[in-house]
Amino acid sequence: MGAIVVVPLLFLGVFFVWPVGALIRRAFDVSDGAGLGALLARTDAWGLLGFTLAQAAGSTVVALLVAAPIVWLVAVAAPRWSTALMVLVTVPFVLPTVVVGMAFRALLGRGGPLAGLGWDGSVWSILAAHAFLNVAVIVRVVGSVWRTMDPRAEQAARTLGATPWRAFRTVVLPRLAAPVLASSALVFLFCASSFGVVLILGNGRWQTLETAIYTQAIGYFDIPAAVALSMVQIVLVVIVVGAARVLTPRTEAVAARSAVPTPLAGLRAVGAAGATVWAVVLLVGPLAVVALRSVRPTSGGSVTDLDSWTLSGYRSLTESVNGETPLQTLQYSAISALWATVLAMTVGLLGALALARSRGAVATVGAGLALLPLGVSAVTVGFGYLVVLASLPAEVAAWPGVVPAVQALIAAPIVIRIIAPALAAVPTSLRHAAASLGASPWRVWRTVDLPLIWRSLGVATAFAFIIALGEFGATGFVARPGTTTLPVLIGSALNRPGADSLATAMACSMLLIAATAVVVVIMESLRGVEGSEF
Amino acid sequence: MQRWGRQQRGQRWGRDAVTIALGAVLVASLASACGSSDTSGEVTLLTHDSFALPDSVIADFEKQSGLTLKIAKSGDAGQLASTISLTPGRPKADAVYGIDNTFASRPVSANALEAYRSPALTGGAQEYSLTGAAKDQLTPVDRGDVCINVDTAWFAQRNIPAPTSVNDLTDPRYKGETVVMDPATSSPGMGFLLATIAQFPADWQNYWRAMRTNDVSVEAGWDTGYNQQFSGGEGKGPKPIVVSYASSPAANPATKALLDSCFRQVEYVGVLRGAANTEGAKKLVDFMLGEQVQQALPDSMYVYPVRDNTPLPESWAKNAPLPESTVELSAASIAKNRESWQQQWRTIMGR
Repeated sequence: MGAIVVVPLLFLGVFFVWPVGALIRRAFDVSDGAGLGALLARTDAWGLLGFTLAQAAGSTVVALLVAAPIVWLVAVAAPRWSTALMVLVTVPFVLPTVVVGMAFRALLGRGGPLAGLGWDGSVWSILAAHAFLNVAVIVRVVGSVWRTMDPRAEQAARTLGATPWRAFRTVVLPRLAAPVLASSALVFLFCASSFGVVLILGNGRWQTLETAIYTQAIGYFDIPAAVALSMVQIVLVVIVVGAARVLTPRTEAVAARSAVPTPLAGLRAVGAAGATVWAVVLLVGPLAVVALRSVRPTSGGSVTDLDSWTLSGYRSLTESVNGETPLQTLQYSAISALWATVLAMTVGLLGALALARSRGAVATVGAGLALLPLGVSAVTVGFGYLVVLASLPAEVAAWPGVVPAVQALIAAPIVIRIIAPALAAVPTSLRHAAASLGASPWRVWRTVDLPLIWRSLGVATAFAFIIALGEFGATGFVARPGTTTLPVLIGSALNRPGADSLATAMACSMLLIAATAVVVVIMESLRGVEGSEF
Repeated sequence: MQRWGRQQRGQRWGRDAVTIALGAVLVASLASACGSSDTSGEVTLLTHDSFALPDSVIADFEKQSGLTLKIAKSGDAGQLASTISLTPGRPKADAVYGIDNTFASRPVSANALEAYRSPALTGGAQEYSLTGAAKDQLTPVDRGDVCINVDTAWFAQRNIPAPTSVNDLTDPRYKGETVVMDPATSSPGMGFLLATIAQFPADWQNYWRAMRTNDVSVEAGWDTGYNQQFSGGEGKGPKPIVVSYASSPAANPATKALLDSCFRQVEYVGVLRGAANTEGAKKLVDFMLGEQVQQALPDSMYVYPVRDNTPLPESWAKNAPLPESTVELSAASIAKNRESWQQQWRTIMGR
């Protein structure tokens, strides 16, 4: 029991509290006596907070609306289709935000297929991109709960004369409240701290706490101001996590049972067809833009002009940049992500165990602590690492594990989110029975818990891996020689003129999409139809 | 019964897959952990994400110096400057390349660099040196000039004369046709703001008010501005006038740079104070000024070499001539006013 609590706390302390604390201390050393209040006033912190909250709330609502038909489809479709949908919604979640930003500009900007909406440069484009990125969270969480819900209650209501709508409203909807709230809180957190999307689509006109932290730290090198804003963001995260915890009804700890999907007929079949078209257009559209651009970087002119089509982007995947090809870069990214996965799984599993065994206020504080790294600015974490690493002996600072540790820090909260509910669903009576028959705690865990949660472990492993693969905000600050990751490569190719560079960036994005899709397919085949909270 | 059996098999298969996956993780981890950690005979260069040199040039450096060159990338030029300024004396590399004159004062005043006067700083390169105390802390390597680019083909098609100077951009004839970048988030955006400040020292705010009246669009970054909004870029966007570099027409020959008021951005290399391999870092500084690197710069990083008489690629000689004169501001003046200029600009542009 000791190690279960100590290891995650130690990890959080060493890899999060220490660097962030060191940066805060340094900020006050150099702030020339300017108090927190003065710093916040100078940076218009309250205005920034207002916009951050408003756009995150708006993005969450849009994501819920966009996700609703897909959630329903996941709940009613045959297992094969529901698995395909899960793969489809999960790929956008891990796309580099620069690529998502570019894709949405291409869709919404003048000359784009959706230019008529007039959303380019408006808040709507930010909300749309956030919804696209985060649909996965809602579909995965709500869809899988709905899918595995015991259909007998709803059938009983129908037998007693309730209309389908009434049965849905009184029986199904209340049970979806908890997963809807839980996933909304997560989406809200992701949107409140998103950087690339707001930067590219908000075009500098719209600023959130996160982009303002970047401007203060990188644009002006005003660390005290950046840290002051970062502290507002930390408080925001704590409040959101706490509120979500208080508002979310406790999930019934029942072992999930697989529903046998009823065949779709009549109106439901029409609805399913509509929802399918909705999902495909919405999720495949932006990906198709990236795919098209990778073989045809020039978007104007005649499509029949054969010269505008090229495979140079894909050829460049094997061409060396600074002694490394994009494929080798993917290889490094994968190895680093594997390490990060091992770390995140270790810490996350122990953290989830500790959370499962705690109650009341301790559990709330623990859940908050577990999610905190998700909501803190990459600049703050990155600068904190620089300050701490510089104070350590060179041998420690040069430890190759630093990059994976940073990635693990971002991935571990998600791991906990996936494993904790699975652990909570393990019937306590089974554990008691095993223990009373003389099994040691380890043996109880191995024979009772593990067989019931191993699928969730598989899902968590895959998620940790793809999050680590796509992370680059914090990784960029602790980069060491030979640690170019694929998102970095995409960014640098986008910053060079010429068709070939654009094609290279888009081809590298396709490489990342493909790698992600492979991992998600493996994860979904492991998960089967069993429910999970992610 | 049948169903239960199938599920059992599925579960076993799944469990095997997890075991295999975890095994693979372990093997890959061990394999990657076996890399050497011997740091003698190595020199580490910290640079921005856009850094690129041909393999042959890097191989030659390693052969000449007997050192292995390690490259670490740390974001854009601004992030790079902040990164090394945050930890003076305790750097994570030996040398830094990619600090430019708009950020130079940051690491210099943070005392993050060690003075080194390279014997290779000859042949015109010395003209680009910083002044004052910073003179020997950073050694110039290349220059890139931020200039307005116009899509000459777009104007020719419409029989409209293309603008020929930055003054023209406020002409109602070119209303709504210009794309600039936000100086807070884009280094060419900052370069162009500085160009206008240097060009119209007393009147730059009025220039921008006129630009705003003339419906200028502002983008957060060069990549979206040039690749998506500019009609001469690969996105074939709607706007024929954009902030970019004097060298950009080399990649897109149907476009032209206005050479009347370019802001000169110089990129420097420096030895980091407290470096583990100071001698190696100095060798790297010398090498960056050598013929090979200088000649490779245009193709690899889209910048001009600082050394005179370095042959340029053919398309550069033809489409991307260097501006004869550029506007300049001292690094000290930029450092002092950067934030207030940006704030004033934001106010004028209503952002």
